[in-house]
Amino acid sequence: MAELPGQIRRMSGGISQLLEQIYGFSRRCLFRVISMGPIPSHLAFIMDGNRRYAKKHGLEDGSGHKAGFSALMSMLQYCYELGIKYVTIYAFSIDNFRRQPEEVQSLMDLMLEKIKSLLEKESIVHQYGIRVYFIGNLALLNDQVRAAAEKVMKITAKNSRVVLLICIAYNSTNEIVQAVKKSCINTSDNMEAYGNDKHEDRDSDIEGTDMENQEKRIQLVDIEENMQMSVAPNPDILIRSSGETRLSNFLLWQTGNTQLFSPASLWPEIGLRHLLWAVLNFQRNQSYLEKRKKQL
Amino acid sequence: MNFMIHANHLLVLFTLSTMLSMLWFLLSLLSLLLLPCLRPCFPAKGSLKNKKKIDKGTYVVGEEETPKELQRELMPRHVAVIMDGNRRWAKQTGLLTSQGYEAGAKRLLEFADLCFKLGINTVSAFAFSTENWGRHKIEVKCLMYLFQRYLKSKIQFFQSKEIRVSVIGNLAKIPESLLRTVHELEEATKSYKKKHLILAIDYSGRFDILGACKSIVKKSEQGLIREEDVDETLFERELQTKCTEFPSPDLLIRTSGEQRISNFFLWQLAYTELFFSPVLWPDFDKQKFIEALVSYQRRDRRFGSRL
Repeated sequence: MAELPGQIRRMSGGISQLLEQIYGFSRRCLFRVISMGPIPSHLAFIMDGNRRYAKKHGLEDGSGHKAGFSALMSMLQYCYELGIKYVTIYAFSIDNFRRQPEEVQSLMDLMLEKIKSLLEKESIVHQYGIRVYFIGNLALLNDQVRAAAEKVMKITAKNSRVVLLICIAYNSTNEIVQAVKKSCINTSDNMEAYGNDKHEDRDSDIEGTDMENQEKRIQLVDIEENMQMSVAPNPDILIRSSGETRLSNFLLWQTGNTQLFSPASLWPEIGLRHLLWAVLNFQRNQSYLEKRKKQL
Repeated sequence: MNFMIHANHLLVLFTLSTMLSMLWFLLSLLSLLLLPCLRPCFPAKGSLKNKKKIDKGTYVVGEEETPKELQRELMPRHVAVIMDGNRRWAKQTGLLTSQGYEAGAKRLLEFADLCFKLGINTVSAFAFSTENWGRHKIEVKCLMYLFQRYLKSKIQFFQSKEIRVSVIGNLAKIPESLLRTVHELEEATKSYKKKHLILAIDYSGRFDILGACKSIVKKSEQGLIREEDVDETLFERELQTKCTEFPSPDLLIRTSGEQRISNFFLWQLAYTELFFSPVLWPDFDKQKFIEALVSYQRRDRRFGSRL
């Protein structure tokens, strides 16, 4: 008789495992069907609504972000199962440093804990062979977080199946200014080398046209190459949770032609249905987009 | 005898109850038929309700009375609009594409006028993208001709309403005649300060950023700025939106249901509230705009920091 509760527990555990497997199997079947049509190659997420989630459920402050992290892991699993190669997430903005110091600190602690967990054997990184990039002004982070981030980038550098870009201490305007500065430096270096070569070749007065040449030499590709996000193509879909419809200084340069999608659910409530809806809409618009691309 | 009386009573009772139930049945039937006509009619999509409100506004001369649903102090300072859907509208209404564009141009002027009346200082409109050059040559030519004719004919209108008009964009490929009209219009309206209409013709957000980059390079070569001074504030001042005091729109509206920026402002939209309307641009009337403004005023703009 004393064994009965234990047996019941084992049975219910077994049943839920079975249900999970059935669910996973049907999900993968569904993904097979969907991937008959075009699949986006790059999906970006703005994970908004964690604090409101905690408030809504009466949880303590940090729990919203923890719930958000679980939602993120599920989303990543779905994306990589579906065959999406690049996923970018907006983890922490430079503007977020202006929040209350306690909140910033707890976020940094959470991020350190989660970044370290990426290196564990059972983590999603090893499961899917993810290459991880940390995009942003990493100098603004504390030493521990920065060191952990750099370690993860180094260790996952050999992975090539799928890519995860984590935007941390990131602002799109900051990224653009840094890229502009770098392309100016490169251009002036090139001009110097070019000028030296010219002097070697022949005696010609090229002072007047120097500036003009320099201007001509900076092209869109120069700025694009120096963008931190140049390791990935432009996002096909940008999903922002919690119903807010704004970019909040995220991937401004890259989302010129990105499909924007803002479901009302808070980030920890995001689920498979939102991803499916976004992908199906993408597939619906794809033929129109292809036609436009041909026009360019 | 008693039995007869009882039977009679029963008969009377039976007849009365039958008549009452029939009456009751008739009354219910009647009420079902008449009730919809007795209650006030609720028209589709609240247009009648809002129409009343619209009527309230149009009787005020000069500044528009703020509609009941909106708060004057929460009005955006700069509204940007991507005027999408003119060709589809023309197809739907059985008109030519050029007529669709004309309707779109007319709608823009009405929209801008309404914005200024509601206290919005700056309005920018995406008239022609760098990517639109890829459209059919005749269509592009027709569009350029429409711009030129429309802008020229409206110079007096802008002057009478004291609206400053600026045109931003590459402007290198547009026809000479249009360029002349643009200069003429900008010259004629440059002194007005309170109302500003910015037209983006042959504009691309990326080229705007590239242009700012080139301008910074030039200035640093000339020794006007040092490389270490280049930050986001300085960069913003080099963009084409430097013609206005409020380069970043508070609200961007895109019509026709597409949910994309399509390379309009990129830098400037960092914190802009986006509003996507399924309506086609020529149908985007005052009521639809008020819906967009209501949505804007309800939003909680945190700029990344406060709770």
